[in-house]
Amino acid sequence: MQLTNRSKQVSNKEMTFAEKIYLPAIITGLGITIKHFFQKKVTISYPEVKKNLGPVFRGRHVLKRDNQGRERCTACGLCAVACPAEAISMVASERQKGEENLYREEKYAAVYEINMLRCIFCGLCEEACPKQAIYLRHDEFVPVFTERDQVIWGKDKLAENMNNRYLRTAWTREEAHEQDLKGIVAQPRTQL
Amino acid sequence: MAFSIDAAFIIKAIIILLIFAITLLIATYSTYAERKVAAFIQDRIGPNRAGPFGLLQPIADAVKMFFKEDFIPSHASKWLFILGPCLSMLTALMTSAVIPFGDSVKYEAAPGKVWDVAVQAIDVNIGILYVFGVVSLGVYGIMVGGWASNNKFSLLGAIRAASQNISYEISMGLAIVAILMMTGSLSIRHIVEQQHGGNWNIFYQPIGFVIFITCAFAECNRTPFDLPECETELIGGYHTEYSSMKLGFYLFAEYINMFVSSAMIASLYFGGYNYPGMDWVQAKLIAAMGEITGHNLATLVGTLVFFGKSLFFVFFYMWVRWTLPRFRYDQLMNLGWKGLIPLAIVNVILTGGAILYLKPLVVSLLK
Ligand code: SF4
Ligand code: SF4
Repeated sequence: MQLTNRSKQVSNKEMTFAEKIYLPAIITGLGITIKHFFQKKVTISYPEVKKNLGPVFRGRHVLKRDNQGRERCTACGLCAVACPAEAISMVASERQKGEENLYREEKYAAVYEINMLRCIFCGLCEEACPKQAIYLRHDEFVPVFTERDQVIWGKDKLAENMNNRYLRTAWTREEAHEQDLKGIVAQPRTQL
Repeated sequence: MAFSIDAAFIIKAIIILLIFAITLLIATYSTYAERKVAAFIQDRIGPNRAGPFGLLQPIADAVKMFFKEDFIPSHASKWLFILGPCLSMLTALMTSAVIPFGDSVKYEAAPGKVWDVAVQAIDVNIGILYVFGVVSLGVYGIMVGGWASNNKFSLLGAIRAASQNISYEISMGLAIVAILMMTGSLSIRHIVEQQHGGNWNIFYQPIGFVIFITCAFAECNRTPFDLPECETELIGGYHTEYSSMKLGFYLFAEYINMFVSSAMIASLYFGGYNYPGMDWVQAKLIAAMGEITGHNLATLVGTLVFFGKSLFFVFFYMWVRWTLPRFRYDQLMNLGWKGLIPLAIVNVILTGGAILYLKPLVVSLLK
């Protein structure tokens, strides 16, 4: 049975004279490498140049707010249960009178923390959330940390900034490709 | 008289110091160049963080080497362990002494009394033998280090280095014999002087050149003949147990050897500081600047040409390293004993025949 048509019959023939003196093969090889020497380099100098990793890249988390700026999370804990790395922890709290403009649901997360050293960026929290409250941004990484207290991200870092909302343009690679073809640039899809 | 001897002495001392410094500088920056060349050949950019274009990288590396723990394994033989890298470094640095880097510097000590100082540390009349002797000593650095480590991988690396160097020195010597037959002198300066202008030995000795450069690769333990190091089989070979600046010395010695053998190739086969049209340049410079300054400037141009040639061969070493895979040990020995040595002997016989029969013929035809 043949799986691919790339298989090649191994030949154990005696080497020809040209092969025995190595020189022709060496010169061909040198030609190939010198061609690459002058070719365009593929390196992306990361902190200075950032590559667009596509619409479905799983970067740092964001705790979404709704259109009125209220936190969507209801501290149900499903994300923490789904998380294979046990990176999420939270403290639930009851919404008080007069806080309706801050929290969308009657119960909210007073503390919501993700341990970025544990997180494996699998995106299961995003899929588990029934309130569409947590997303992994496709456009930002978790930066390098040098201190241990930078590792645990609380709500101060995670909650969405209303002046700079996170919008995702596509949800699958196929969708992104389609949009690329149509020339669609950004289309808010998470505004519910 | 005493004054002028002192002046010549000072010029000589400056030249020796310069040669020493330049050799070290080139070896330092070869490490940087090696990484850049490797990166470029692999479509990468290479080190570019330390300083502009990563130019401070060698300094950063040196600082790193110095600050690493200098570890001597408890089962190693302490003094031999220290002696190994020192020997390697010493022999590597000694070879550059007899290489003629340029023609000569003229200095007018007193009116009508002009001193002519060769741009070369010492001009011994057995220059090539000296180089061969010192290079053969170089393998002791590796052997002593590998043996003293008391580690089977190091020992294997040392054994490989020894047998490889012995095998390839023979064909290297035979390749040189052909050159000696043509020039009739062992002094490298004489050999270079006889290649005046574009009359380079490479045109008379193409086979000798191929043999010589192959052996030079083997002598420097460079890919495709880097079997003494051989990370994949021997975890670094003879320097497995070394750390800190001792390891740095071994690696550095390799780069110095590379530069020195490039300089040897340039002087023996590519005319050293000679280049086509050098007489014209010298005449022009002397006409424009006067006898002494003109001559010195022409020497400078020749020296630059020499460095250009040497650096090209350093580049060639790297180019080959990032092109070819390593030879297997039996292939290495086959190539050395069954390939290169017979070829070198044939080359010697052919050269002898050419000198005996072809040369009078050509000379009579030209008349
Ligand atoms: S991305 Fe995965 S590992 Fe990270 S917090 Fe979400 S579920 Fe846990
Ligand atoms: S982020 Fe979503 S899943 Fe997690 S606690 Fe809040 S509402 Fe529940």
